[in-house]
Amino acid sequence: MSPEPRLVEVRQNVLKQNDLVARALRVQFRAAGVFVVSLVSSPGSGKTAFLEKTLTLLRSRFRVAALVGDLATENDAVRLARSQAPVRQIVTGTLCHLEAAMVRDALGDWDLEQLDFLFIENVGNLVCPSSYDLGEDLRLVLLAVTEGEDKPLKYPTIFNSADVAIISKSDLADAVEFDWSSARYNIQSVRPGMRVFELSAKTGDGVDRYLDFLAERLAESRATAAV
Amino acid sequence: MHELSIAMSIVEVAQEEAQLRGVRVNAVHLKLGALSGVTKVALLSCYEIACDDTPLQGSRLIIEDVPVEIFCAQCGERRLLDSVQLFCCAECGQPASQIVHGKELEVVAMEVQ
Repeated sequence: MSPEPRLVEVRQNVLKQNDLVARALRVQFRAAGVFVVSLVSSPGSGKTAFLEKTLTLLRSRFRVAALVGDLATENDAVRLARSQAPVRQIVTGTLCHLEAAMVRDALGDWDLEQLDFLFIENVGNLVCPSSYDLGEDLRLVLLAVTEGEDKPLKYPTIFNSADVAIISKSDLADAVEFDWSSARYNIQSVRPGMRVFELSAKTGDGVDRYLDFLAERLAESRATAAV
Repeated sequence: MHELSIAMSIVEVAQEEAQLRGVRVNAVHLKLGALSGVTKVALLSCYEIACDDTPLQGSRLIIEDVPVEIFCAQCGERRLLDSVQLFCCAECGQPASQIVHGKELEVVAMEVQ
């Protein structure tokens, strides 16, 4: 005779495997002194152009590298390699997001102590990446002016998992009649106090302020690690 | 659509816990936050698929929705959000970014025998 059904308490985070790997990565990154920035956005919002600009400009002052995730092709890694920074592609196959173990495996034998910044470009997707911690210090969410001002209201979860918002392709704002004040209002509505940078990777407009911000965050991170 | 991988992780967690206790699982109770990034309907259908050919085949997934709760620094109180599009205190209207609940994706209990 089988025993009576009963209820047992469990309390386990469903993503505990991912969180454990992410935690180990964070410890490893901190020990190596590398500041890790991840990027999320919908497909086509200009993540790769933005990252190429970031790598190219940061390279004169810092040691930088990037991991880039895509469902298929190595096109983005080829594009980013033009910045002369070390770049590795993570091809996820059918998986719509990066997981911490993929980041760990892609890092392989890279000597993290030789880096100041590591960038991780997630798969273009505003839904799935929000659930997965990658061990990053800072998560940027990109919103292109061509996507419309209400993206934050449609995807509040991803905006809440990110630390900083970037409004990209600002050079196209007039052409698409982008409503800046409404976009800023919507971002603050779903994530009060969120830091926002408005820039164009193409013209370089607004990029300096964002790069200075990254440099400050790197310095802060190293100062707290040294305490 | 990442609900299938989430469902497979739920089955994995439940299987581990069942093995530790030497029991069979009839149902898994899950807390699902409104900001977890996971859709309930999709998760329920993926759960069945994830259970196939595992000891959990035929078990049920029982989902408890967890609404977003913020801490209002102005009032010094926790408050439920009226809308995930508007992060502000429902009482005083101050913007509030400290999330207390709503990101849960957690197996909290199992019905076993």
